[in-house]
Amino acid sequence: MTDLAVTPCITIEGASKIYGSAGGPIRALDSVDLVVADGEFVALLGPSGCGKSTLLRLIAGLEPPSGGAVFVRGAPVCEPPAGIGMVFQRDVLLDWRTILDNVLLAAEFEGRSRRELADRARALLDRFGLGRFVDRHPWELSGGMRQRAAICRALLCEPSILLMDEPFGALDALTRDDLNLELARIHQEGRRTIVFVTHSIGEAVHLADRVAVMSPSPGRVVEEIVVDLPRPRPLAVRETPAFAAYVAHIRELFTRLGIVRGQV
Amino acid sequence: MSARGRGSDALGTLVVLAALLVAWEIAVALFAPPPILLPAPSAILAELAAEPSYFGRHALFTLGTTLAGFALSVVLGVALAVATVASRLADRLVTTLLVVTNSLPKVALAPLFVIWLGTGAAPKIAIAVMLAIVSIVVDVAHGLRSVDPDALALARVHRASPWAVLWKVRFPNALPALFVGMKVAVSFALVGAIVGEFVAGSMGLGHVILVAQGQFDTVRVFAGLVVLGVLGTVLFGLLELAERLVLPWHVSRRSERKA
Ligand SMILES: Nc1ncnc2c1ncn2[C@@H]1O[C@H](COP(=O)(O)OP(=O)(O)O)[C@@H](O)[C@H]1O
Ligand SMILES: [Mg+2]
Repeated sequence: MTDLAVTPCITIEGASKIYGSAGGPIRALDSVDLVVADGEFVALLGPSGCGKSTLLRLIAGLEPPSGGAVFVRGAPVCEPPAGIGMVFQRDVLLDWRTILDNVLLAAEFEGRSRRELADRARALLDRFGLGRFVDRHPWELSGGMRQRAAICRALLCEPSILLMDEPFGALDALTRDDLNLELARIHQEGRRTIVFVTHSIGEAVHLADRVAVMSPSPGRVVEEIVVDLPRPRPLAVRETPAFAAYVAHIRELFTRLGIVRGQV
Repeated sequence: MSARGRGSDALGTLVVLAALLVAWEIAVALFAPPPILLPAPSAILAELAAEPSYFGRHALFTLGTTLAGFALSVVLGVALAVATVASRLADRLVTTLLVVTNSLPKVALAPLFVIWLGTGAAPKIAIAVMLAIVSIVVDVAHGLRSVDPDALALARVHRASPWAVLWKVRFPNALPALFVGMKVAVSFALVGAIVGEFVAGSMGLGHVILVAQGQFDTVRVFAGLVVLGVLGTVLFGLLELAERLVLPWHVSRRSERKA
């Protein structure tokens, strides 16, 4: 982990975000500082409405910060930087395209040839257990399969940064576990930089090298917890005392922040 | 369920229609109103059978102008809708233009079109376009706009060009709305064509009805109306069929929602 910290991939310096709205300005982020190293898996953890999605959108260049700055690979972010894959809570598959064509949409958007990437798209889908469904349409697939396809789409153009906004939030627990393991494997293989938004403490600790805990709105990063559990982390890691200690620590932090009331 | 449901729907409509016709026939036989007021369905049918080429010729003319007006409305309407989504200035221009033309009764404009374009097919097509284009522009513009914001975010993350967003996201997204608009537009195009034929010219079902009315030939008026009704229904049905072929994802979802 020490060598990772040497090359920052994403740097957020005092970034704030204020949305204008009919009911007056909304302060979504308040002076957020965060550095994500190359190849690091960082989980953004915080209560609903604390600005996690907003922070992700700042990194993706979808939204300019109101104050402060965001850098990706050293360059200030003004518009979406190259080499980013994004996964949303909803799969955002296009109903009129087959699963294969949905995955290839990323290539089409980037102006790359479909033919060149068709094999890779098939290989990705195969790997995610969707090999038999390449010619189906999204509405014929289950929620878990759809989200798998969305992940394939995000990975198609070999992004060095993967931004994921509560990607498994809408899935059932079993599917979620399955995809958590899959994601951990993707991270191990490609050493991609991953920023993963979640409001599940267990998911954050299981997957991340580092968990950035955010305060309620306006969001800021209040604590960063390095998760020093050995990889690969099978599901059984969740039963270990070390895992439980991380979870307990974060839950206590949430209680102090007034996010969770009651017994820790 | 959908195919069988639709089949029995159509069957039900036919049964109701047949029952109405029988009731009409019986009522005319019973009360014997003067034929100049209300002829029997059998008389109307006989009228059609007597001169099929006469009715066919005029129906073909009306069909031609209707289709031409409809096709022009779709092409121009889609282009205008794209313009309104692409540029705020175009949006304001087109919206104003549509509001103005929409607030004018198109029938009142028909004589002007005759002065400008003569008494052939052109003024009929122009009136058909005037009537039909509005629903195309409004529906398609709405379809182009109502895109999932996450899909647009996805496109931006992959640095897609505006053209790619238009062709790969916005336009397919607007296809269901285009079909809604087209189904309305095809009926309006037919109305426009008939209005044009009422005002001037010597061809088309509108002309047939007008001439028959001048001669108090009520049977022929009804015969013209029947052909018109069949024409409108067939055009609408063809569009429904096309919709099912072009938008299987949308149609299947719709039946899902109904079920
Ligand atoms: N486009 C927007 N316009 C106005 N307010 C917004 C917008 N997006 C988010 N917000 C507000 O900013 C705050 C943070 O939102 P978000 O980043 O979505 O939080 P989270 O993802 O943690 O749930 C919320 O109060 C939300 O209502
Ligand atoms: Mg969110």
